[in-house]
Formats: sequence, structure tokens, C-alpha cells
Amino acid sequence: MTRNKVFGASIAVLALSLSMTACGSDDSGDDDTNAGGGNLCGKNLAFLGALTGDAGALGQNMVNGINLALKEYNADNADCKINLKTFDSQGSPDKAPALATQIINDDSIVGLVGPGFSGESLATGKTFFESGLPSISPSATNVTITEQGWTTWHRVIGNDDAQGAADAKYLTETVGAKKVFVVDDGQDYSKGLAGKVKDSLGDALVDSDQISVGDTNMSAIVQGVKSSGADAVFYGGYYTEAGLLAKQLRQGGFKGTFMSGDGSEDPNFVKVAGAEGAEGAVLSAPAAPAPADFGASGLYATQAYDATNIFLAAIKDGASDGQEINEFIGSYTGDGVSGPIAFDDKGDIKESAIYAYFVKDGALDVENPEEIK
Amino acid sequence: MDFGNLFGSPENFLSYTMGGLVFGAIYALIALGYTMVYGVLQLINFAHSEVFMYGTFAVAWVFILLHGTGSATWSLGEAVPVLLVALVAACALSAGVALLLERLAYRPLMNKNAPKLIALISAIGASFALAEAMGLRDRFAEVFGLDDNLADYVAPGKARDVYTNPVTIREHDILTIGGYTLSDVDLVIIVAALLMMVALDQFVRRTRFGRGIRAVAQDPESAALMGVNPTRVVQLTFLIGGLMAGAAATLYMMKVGVTRQNAGFILGVKAFTAAVMGGIGNLRGALLGGLILGVMENWGSALFGQNWKDVVAFVLLVLILLVRPSGLLGESLGKARA
Repeated sequence: MTRNKVFGASIAVLALSLSMTACGSDDSGDDDTNAGGGNLCGKNLAFLGALTGDAGALGQNMVNGINLALKEYNADNADCKINLKTFDSQGSPDKAPALATQIINDDSIVGLVGPGFSGESLATGKTFFESGLPSISPSATNVTITEQGWTTWHRVIGNDDAQGAADAKYLTETVGAKKVFVVDDGQDYSKGLAGKVKDSLGDALVDSDQISVGDTNMSAIVQGVKSSGADAVFYGGYYTEAGLLAKQLRQGGFKGTFMSGDGSEDPNFVKVAGAEGAEGAVLSAPAAPAPADFGASGLYATQAYDATNIFLAAIKDGASDGQEINEFIGSYTGDGVSGPIAFDDKGDIKESAIYAYFVKDGALDVENPEEIK
Repeated sequence: MDFGNLFGSPENFLSYTMGGLVFGAIYALIALGYTMVYGVLQLINFAHSEVFMYGTFAVAWVFILLHGTGSATWSLGEAVPVLLVALVAACALSAGVALLLERLAYRPLMNKNAPKLIALISAIGASFALAEAMGLRDRFAEVFGLDDNLADYVAPGKARDVYTNPVTIREHDILTIGGYTLSDVDLVIIVAALLMMVALDQFVRRTRFGRGIRAVAQDPESAALMGVNPTRVVQLTFLIGGLMAGAAATLYMMKVGVTRQNAGFILGVKAFTAAVMGGIGNLRGALLGGLILGVMENWGSALFGQNWKDVVAFVLLVLILLVRPSGLLGESLGKARA
């Protein structure tokens, strides 16, 4: 731990000096546009994330949130409009780096809402950091991203550690589980979340296993859970495998609680598991439901809206370049629609609430979650 | 290694084994397509996994057509009438795709006496084309202005996402042995797969068409001289492979209930492995290979954890091939006796 902190701090110092030099050179190039006195009117924000592909729906939710914030801002500031450029990574860490290069080479882009997922964040963080482009992710929750010393990188959502600890607490305290079986699918996000759940469970962890993405035969895990005598199962991963696992557990006679994280918090989970398989499942997410009068729907729309508003506040405040926007974000404090927002030194949100959503009567109830405290 | 988990109780042992047999039976049915085409053409039809994938979609479409999109749970008895329609539809679509493949991706090459490797590349290309076509089905529907009418079937904007059968089939326990309970769905899958295997085996061994297949497998030129039409035989082989893939798709959807445009890939690799393990070109070998692979995967999961199951299965494949390079029952289709 200590060694990591020292390492992290030295990286941060190194990083800061690098970013300053990078910004310094940018400044000289931007002198013409800045002639108006730190005015970023007519510039763009970028969105990088999945708009098509398997997780395209989540990216669309985010863009809806961003567009809502821009629409409101542009209506109030007709003489200083800010627009959005979207970059579709399909959520893939392989596709994102090329798009990141496009983004940093586009002088009209002053800030990034994104990247959407953890894998692409890790793949592009260095590029954005070295160019000095400030970013706020609405949805990337992997813990290690903010441990890289990328001082331009922020997120308005609680990381997997916060969620994992809350999930473990929910299982042992609210559900009263004595033996919890933890399964994950081996991906960055899943391992991080499931790992934190395992650590926080302590003695209540009875056993664990790992599946692969695309697995459809869960019979071995089902038997493992049954012979371990577990009274609850936690799954770290996404809704397809989560649904199949829940379904086959129920058909195999498992009576305990099934819980999973925000990767499974999607109506498709119920479709895959079937109404009977999904009934009673608990799906956590570091996201409150949107307020009733909020004009964009879907998971992460509120976070994307809040992230955009922080950039807009920075622009309105007179920030003239990436470095000034970044400083503004670092000291920002405010109440967004997703909750109170302020960032710590690493770029993580200081306070985040984790909510438990329930599957009731064959449907995911997205309106009445319970906050895990 | 956790031997206690696998062998600790009869319940555990039976449960891991039967769970493996269920998926092994499905692997075996898909493996037939690989093995028959190889037997006749000495060609690995890598697009066969997509033939299976189209079948899984046909099953889901039939349920949506006859039931609607509302989520429901039926017992196996209630589902049987719709399942039979789905079986016919899946077999028809899979066989249709298989025949189309033969016509477009292979026959032009065969007619030009292209090397086998060229046909192999063509197979891989066809596999991508078929999978992507399914993933873009919403766009195709849009071109024809049907995306609104067919929204339930093409899933506009989400064509690449997981696609579910709205009806979940609830499994009922019918038999208990030493703490392990066998469900009706599992029993039906294993028995249906075995019956189809036996029927196909008899078809190839005893009928006139079967003799034709074996003759072409042995020596296409002599077979042609003896009055067998090799083109018809190749078509018949693709047709049978497609029918079996359609049946496998129906059984798979009974058990799993979800599919997607790339669902064929992993199952295709497994089925191909099963075919090689049993001896490619050998029908009974495909059955044996499929069942062994399925069981080994589950035993591997029990011993080392689920993420090691493929390692166990493929190490086993390597060991078998080291000892028996032509697979467990490495006799070719042509040498099978009548």
C-alpha cells in the first residue's frame, strides 16, 4: 500500500510536470483563438464510448444526457454555443486508442465526456493525459484507472471498491447471508468488483469461481454452489452471463439470494434469466434513478448530464484552455442530478451512493431502489 | 485440484457428468455437420457454426410468432407443440443456409478444381458474412422498410445484442439417483440427440443415399463412374448437416434460451474439437467425441474451476491425438461397413 502511494505520488508529480509542458506548448498555438479573452465559444466537447455494438445502448443513454445538458446551456447562452462530437468505440479497448488520437488532434475539442468503459479508459488514459485534455467519465468504475496518476482523468461515479464493499455489506447485513459464493467472468471490471466483494465478505465467503464470457453451460457452477451450501451468490459481470447463471441456479434448485452489480442492472437480465429465474434478484449500481422530471432516460444518463455541466460551468467561468478547465474540475463542488459532486486528488468522486435495484413480479424495478448505507 | 468436489458424493459426480452430457449431446449434433462434410469433401466447413446459429434464431422467432414477446414460463409439456414447430423451422432454416453455402461458397470452387485450402478460406469468409448478416438484420429490414413491422424479430438498433426466446422452459425433476435429480429437459436433450445419431448412422449404413455418400467419400471419380452424382451427394451431405444443426439449435434453445449473432463461434469450435477427438469423418466418432468433450469440460470445472474447463478439454484432445492421431474411432466415413 505504502509503496503504491509513493509510486503513485511520484508518477503524479512527473505527470503534472509533463502536462504543464504539454499545455504550455498548446497555449502558444491557441493564442489566436484566445484573443477574445479565454473564450471557448463555438468549441466542442467529445464523447468517447460505445454507441453501437453489444453495449451500444449504454453509450446512447450517455449521449442523451450530454445532449440534454448542451441543449439547456445553449438555450441560455445563444451567443456562446458548445457542441458535441461523438466517437463510437463500441466499448472496445482495441478501437478506442485510434479514436483518442483523433480527439486530441482535433483543436476544436476542449473536453471529453467519457470514456464509457473501464477497459477503454485504461487503453486511452495515457494519450489523453499527455495531451492535457481533461476528461470526466460518467461510467468507468474500475479502481485502477485513477491509480495511474492521470491528473486529467475524473469520474462522477463511485468506483468498484465502493460498490463492492456496499454489495458485501448488503449481502451479510440486509440479506443476512452466512455463506456467499462469488463468481466473476474474468474481465477487468468484473474481477475488480468481485474481488472487492470477496475481500469485504471476510468469513462469509464460502467459495468462488470464474467463468468465461460466452459460457452458456453453468451446470458445474450450479453444482459447486449447491455442494458449498451457499445461501447467496454474487456475480461480477454483465447481464447475459448473469441471467444464464441466475436461471440455471434456480432450475438447479438454488433458493438463496442472487446479487450482481451494475453490469447486470439492465432489463435484459430479466429477459435472459426468465421471469422465474430473475425473481428476487438484487442488482446494485452506483447510480440513483433519474429524477421524475429529468429529460433523458437510462442508466448513466444522469452522470453524463452532470459531467457535461461541469465542463460547461468551467467554460462559463472563463477557462481558456485544457489546463484551466482541469483546474476548475479539480476544485469543483456542486449538486448534480446524480448526487453531490466533488473530486479527490486522484479524480475519484468523493461521495457516492450505491443503490440496490430489485427484480419484482418479472421486471426490473428501476424506480424504487434502496440505498445501501 | 479438488477431487472431493467431483468424487465427494454420488450427487456431485452424477450432476457434473450429466450436466456435461447435455451439452456434449449438443456438441455431437453440431459435430456431425463438420464430420460429414469432411468425410465427403476433405474440407472443414468452418461456416457450419453459423448454420447452427441461424437455427437458434429460427427457434426464437417461432416462439415470438406463436406466443408473442411477453415473457412467460412454460413446462416442457406445454411447450412441446411450439417446440415441434420450432424444430421444423430451425431445421428448414439451417438446412437452407447449409445448401446456400454449398451452392455459393463451395461448388464454384469445386467446379474449378480449386485447391482445398482455397475452399477453407472461402468457408471462413462465409462464416463471417453469415454472422455479420445476422448482426445487421435490422439494417436489411430497414432497407426494405420492414423494420417497424418486424421490430420484434430484427431488434432494431440491438441486432447484435443478446436475443432471447420469450418463453422460458421450466425444468421438472423426474428421477432422483443418489441425491442427483434428472430434469425432463436434460433427459429429452440427451435422448433426442442419441436417437438422431442412431437414425443418421443407420441412414448412412443402410440406404441407397447412404451408400452414395460412402462411395463418394471413398473415391469420387469411381463413384461417378458407377452412376453416383457427386454434386447431389455433396448437396445431400450439406442438407443432413444442416438438419442436424437445426435439431441441435432447438435443443440448445430449450436449455439455454438465448442466442446472438456470434453464438455459433464457441459452440462451433467445441463441435469441431469433438469431431476431431472422435475421428473426423466418422459419425460415431462425432457422438463419442461430443459426449466426452462435454463431460470433460464439466469434470475440469469441478476439479480446477470453471475457467480451466477448456484447458482440461484441449489438453485431453492433445493427449488423445498423440496416442491416436486419427482420433478415437479414426475410421473414415468411406470405410464404414454396410
